[in-house]
Amino acid sequence: MAQHEVNYLQQGGLPIMLTTVDKLVNWGRSNSLWFFTFGLACCAIEMMASGAGRFDFDRYGIIFRASPRQSEVIVISGTVTKKYAPFIRRLYDQMAEPKWVISMGSCSNTGGMFNTYSTVQGVDRIIPVDIYLPGCAPRPETLQYAALMLQQKIRRESMNRKISSKRFV
Amino acid sequence: MFRPYQPKDNVQKKAYYTDRFLVVPEVPKLPVEDSVSAKHISAVAGKFEVLESYMQRDNVVMIVNAKEVKSVLTVLKEEGYTVLSEMSAVDFIAQKGGYEVFYQLLNMSVAKRIRVKCFIKEGEAVESVQSVFRAADWSEREMYDMFGIHVVNHPCLKRILLPEDWHGYPLNKTYPLQGDETAQWYEIDMIYGKEYRDIIGPEQRDAAYVNEEDTRNFSRLGHEVAFGEEASQEITPIRYQEDDKPLFVKRMRPEETKERNDKSWHTKEGVK
Repeated sequence: MAQHEVNYLQQGGLPIMLTTVDKLVNWGRSNSLWFFTFGLACCAIEMMASGAGRFDFDRYGIIFRASPRQSEVIVISGTVTKKYAPFIRRLYDQMAEPKWVISMGSCSNTGGMFNTYSTVQGVDRIIPVDIYLPGCAPRPETLQYAALMLQQKIRRESMNRKISSKRFV
Repeated sequence: MFRPYQPKDNVQKKAYYTDRFLVVPEVPKLPVEDSVSAKHISAVAGKFEVLESYMQRDNVVMIVNAKEVKSVLTVLKEEGYTVLSEMSAVDFIAQKGGYEVFYQLLNMSVAKRIRVKCFIKEGEAVESVQSVFRAADWSEREMYDMFGIHVVNHPCLKRILLPEDWHGYPLNKTYPLQGDETAQWYEIDMIYGKEYRDIIGPEQRDAAYVNEEDTRNFSRLGHEVAFGEEASQEITPIRYQEDDKPLFVKRMRPEETKERNDKSWHTKEGVK
């Protein structure tokens, strides 16, 4: 028998916190987003600046990983040429679930100013995109804001959300 | 917004705009008065036929027969033109029924440039000069890639910029800017196969296209709805990061914040 009354639900009673599994998992997922070290064009310079000391992505738990197997977010940072499109799809397929895509800049959103024969008119023709970033090129603040928006999106998701089946090249 | 695309099969023959008083500017062709360049031209003219030679914008231009280009370049290299700075072709199919292939050479000992041009009919091949100038290797591949001009005796004649299964030669004037059918569906055909064309749909080439009803591709600011749901007029409030806060983040409320008014800690004398 306990000698003292313990109010489990009151703060300061015991180090217990009640939450849902979804919330706990999403807390972990959203605060340890590992980006894929993957740059395509001039937007990649801004992405590198976001990761470096001045803008410091590490403080959000965003670390750049050099392998698609270890990363959760792929930033399509630049112009996607038609020659390169199959490789992007392959890298996306190599990433483990759950995975998210940020389309960074006008070129990867819509083809941008490259209204030509050799440019993919929007990377969403190849892979599903979670967040579109406007700008040419977007400032690092914009990419940081996108990362925060992506965190919000992840926190709203259910852990058991339907995962679309992979399509291999 | 971009102009709608029109087929360009005979765009060079059909002028879409004519100015009654227009005089098309042409770079004047001056005689070669420079003695050093004239010596180099005569060195070529002694062995091969030089169809025309003139000065254009301080550059010597020499037009020779396509079959003798390699020998001409060999002679010029012996004369000191050791650098092939550029080579490519120009599409004159509509005007003359062929291509003009040019080779831009540089002589660093006397600081002179010379441009050797030759004309080939459509479908004709040109001799590779890769054995004379190593720089021609990739340039000839690019010329083949962009114009479809075959280069005889090239060690590895394949596309250099475009993928090897590409169809068509994009620097030809008849090639549409936004690509022919294979180009427009290239990435879909490569990744998913042709049966996915219907699912993914044609390319959206209109940069000004906005459709508020289409919530798959557009998100109306202030009226956002979930992906693919029906558009609504309801105003959606701006969400802040703390609304979906993680477990240990406390939400900052503006009314609970305090403005620091004591200026004493920061004075002219310095920080106290």
